[in-house]
Amino acid sequence: MSEQKKEREPLFSAKNLKLIKEPLNLSNPITVQVLGICSALAVTAKLKPAIVMAISVMVVVSVSNVVVSFLRNSLPPRIRIIVQLVVIATMVILVDQLLKAFVYDVSKQLSVFVGLIITNCIIMGRLEAFAMGNKPWPSFLDGIGNSLGYGLILIIVAFFRELLGSGTLFNVHIIPQALYDFGYQNNGFMILPPMALITVGVIIWVQRYKYRELIEEN
Amino acid sequence: MQEIFNIFIKSIFIDNMVFAYFFGMCSYLAVSRTVNTSFGLGIAVVFVLGVTVPVNYLLNEFMLKPGALAWLDTGFATVDLSFLSFILFIAIIASMVQLVEMVVEKFTPALYASLGIFLPLIAVNCAILGGSLFMQQRDYQNLGEATAFGFGSGIGFFLAIVGIAAIREKIRYSDVPPALRGLGITFIITGLMGIAFMSFLGIKL
Repeated sequence: MSEQKKEREPLFSAKNLKLIKEPLNLSNPITVQVLGICSALAVTAKLKPAIVMAISVMVVVSVSNVVVSFLRNSLPPRIRIIVQLVVIATMVILVDQLLKAFVYDVSKQLSVFVGLIITNCIIMGRLEAFAMGNKPWPSFLDGIGNSLGYGLILIIVAFFRELLGSGTLFNVHIIPQALYDFGYQNNGFMILPPMALITVGVIIWVQRYKYRELIEEN
Repeated sequence: MQEIFNIFIKSIFIDNMVFAYFFGMCSYLAVSRTVNTSFGLGIAVVFVLGVTVPVNYLLNEFMLKPGALAWLDTGFATVDLSFLSFILFIAIIASMVQLVEMVVEKFTPALYASLGIFLPLIAVNCAILGGSLFMQQRDYQNLGEATAFGFGSGIGFFLAIVGIAAIREKIRYSDVPPALRGLGITFIITGLMGIAFMSFLGIKL
């Protein structure tokens, strides 16, 4: 029997809180780790699908992280990837059915991209890099942190694309009619796919300009 | 025949996997530093897509669609197994990628060494699963159309990744602002290439 009870780390210690704060900026999954780009670009034409997507990813990442973290010591290395894929796929099927039941119009807009959460590199990446070697609670926080970072970029891109592309936010007209009468027109180009790429490029530019340590030495 | 050709051309240029739907971005950005590795990854993706989309089509047609199981027993005509699509498609893709990996390791070990981790990563490449999911969503009529779609999407991805790799090799010698170097400029160039590919929207097939 152990003589001394091991000190339990407080639930929200500084180390654990760092797991949530870091991915918001310096180790942002999209702009720094280069993960999860596909869905970040495709669903950001409007703000509502972007937020629904961010929440779906948050649910899938955090729960998968916890499950794999519980299994980490009993998983044979050979079937590791398959087990991870099964865990992720199950969560995504659940989330997909929930979305179809409660927000059917948004799930139609998201179409195949909900299924593609399975192949979202953030989830596999965090499972491999973190959940396989850490306890359940830190893994859960890591999942939440990374999905918050992912959601942040999604919301920024969707905000600009919807505002400049259709003059609305959440389907509510923001730009006053007076501006339209003056000659302002919606930049329909923003809704098209290439502008999402350029918007993310500009976000990366701004982030790296502000935080010089992220600049790549080519 | 005409329809198959239409689908083939459409999936290479107009519905390009990378520029129209952003599939395969992660490996696209990570592998495109040199043309050699991009060429290898592109060929691997063409092969994997060209094989998995038809196989998943058959799976969908005879097992997953609502009413698909009618050939087993007329009593099963109302069974709808489409909620299992995700898991089954991924299983087929993972096995096919394993096969491709074995073939590449045997016949071109140099390519195998240079691709490294990215070959098994094709299994979780959204382009592959996306191809199968689009095939399911668009309800192609026969195996020929599904195969044309698979190969066409793969070739579209191949064109995109070799194109960006060639450009990235060249801009290494240009005067890109420090904060844009590497990732940032690649995003912007990909966006510009996407705009260029949009010009194909005017093709009347």
